Amino acid sequence: MTRVIRRDRNAARRGRGNPARSTSFRHVLLRLLVLVLALALWQVAAQAHGSVYFPPPGRIAHRAHELWFSGPVRRAFLTEAAVGDVLPSLGRMAAGFAIAAVAGIGAGVAVGRSRRAYALCNPVLQFARAVPPPALVPVFVVVLDFGTPMQIASIAFSAVWPVLVNTAEGVRDTDPLRLDVAAVLRLNRVERLRFLLLPSALPRIFAGLRLSLSLSLILMVFSELLPGTADGIGYTLTDAQSRSDLLTVWAALLLLGVLGYLLNTALLAVERRVLGRGRSTA
Amino acid sequence: MTLRLDSLGQRYGDQRVLHDITLTVPDGQLLCVVGPSGCGKSTLLRTVAGLQPAREGTVTVDGTPVTGVPDQLAVVFQDYGRSLFPWLTVRDNVALPLRRRGLARAERRAEAERILERVGLDGAGRRHPWQLSGGMQQRVAIARALVCRPSLLLMDEPFGSLDAQTREDLEDLLLEVHRTDGTTIVFVTHDIDESVYVGDRVVVLSPAPASRIVLDLPVELPGGRDQIATRGLPEFVALRAEVGRAVRGS
Repeated sequence: MTRVIRRDRNAARRGRGNPARSTSFRHVLLRLLVLVLALALWQVAAQAHGSVYFPPPGRIAHRAHELWFSGPVRRAFLTEAAVGDVLPSLGRMAAGFAIAAVAGIGAGVAVGRSRRAYALCNPVLQFARAVPPPALVPVFVVVLDFGTPMQIASIAFSAVWPVLVNTAEGVRDTDPLRLDVAAVLRLNRVERLRFLLLPSALPRIFAGLRLSLSLSLILMVFSELLPGTADGIGYTLTDAQSRSDLLTVWAALLLLGVLGYLLNTALLAVERRVLGRGRSTA
Repeated sequence: MTLRLDSLGQRYGDQRVLHDITLTVPDGQLLCVVGPSGCGKSTLLRTVAGLQPAREGTVTVDGTPVTGVPDQLAVVFQDYGRSLFPWLTVRDNVALPLRRRGLARAERRAEAERILERVGLDGAGRRHPWQLSGGMQQRVAIARALVCRPSLLLMDEPFGSLDAQTREDLEDLLLEVHRTDGTTIVFVTHDIDESVYVGDRVVVLSPAPASRIVLDLPVELPGGRDQIATRGLPEFVALRAEVGRAVRGS
């Protein structure tokens, strides 16, 4: 609570346009400067070295642009390759992440609501979470064969655990006094879930979703690296590698980095919007 | 509503908390329960609220044994910061208990605004609890308790963490509510002055363990209650001394 109040005060101070604002502006500038410096260093070092394995970032960016973003205006500058590889990847990732989020929150609430269910399920959950997710992909290959269902299942099954565990712990940590309040107000199950359990677990749920999102990206690429895939960013990666087209490999890596950053930023924005009404994530 | 406790006992494991509490609170009475901290006052309230089953004896409300949370009951907790839901606006916090009555959203909001005005918070409905001062937050909690027009109101040291001025204002608000609505109120406090000022009757519990009733005192003070005048009355001073002696066990 104190943190919230402090934040409000900061916001008010910034609104009046005194030093606080220019400090944060300087901060943004500084971050940009570091990024630009790192890129410049990379560029200079790669050019000086002249190795075909480590092309300079300028050429990588140019290749990425050529590969995916030099399409016609009516397709929002996307090329055939972007539509054929990037979009299917993102679609599978979105599907897998969505399934993981819904299933994880649902099961997490069910497990977290009952002390006994939590005690019984906790070892299983910790075990499932401890298995390195990519190691499970071969299992799904056997069960579902190659193709989109296998890929989505791999993503969903790996990404579900962080949301599930975090949701369960968030729900379990609901303030006991507030549970008493809910009992005294005679809220029914649905109301208790909607007005108490979910809102109070929300910061933990978002922490889980962030972990799941990065796992989804990892699994998206990993599931496309396997033989038998026909499209996707991961496929682009292995295909280029087999043709010794290092520039395209680097371009794909750059694209993955940017995608991961953008997706995480988007999730953070959603989180801030949902939790924004005076609640911190911690 | 008439509340009856019949040789009520509570224990946590081997630890006896309450022992042989027999007490009848007639309809419309404002009963103050006083005792040193840790004497089981909160356990007593939780048992009456049906949040915790009685281990020994019975609790009945209008002759019906309490098994779950009784109808027409409302509770105000001490820790307003935790008892209010910070993700809801003040108005939505207050309107929450009305959902059970099947009112439409607009009616619930109107009713909440009406009760907020009554506790002196008109215009604060759209804000969030954490944007208000402690005293105002406790007013919100009181509004939420009153919105369903309870016949039995339990208050667990509701003003314990407020400053003196705010506390006096809220004591007077409570007395006004009690006068107009005639609600039966059980008011738990560790503040001896407060118990005599607010109560129609004061019950003192002995220190832990195995707290029992050591004093049951009707409060009869002339005239209406006034923070300055009443506290200066010789009758008030005498009652306060009697309660104080009982609390100290001498």
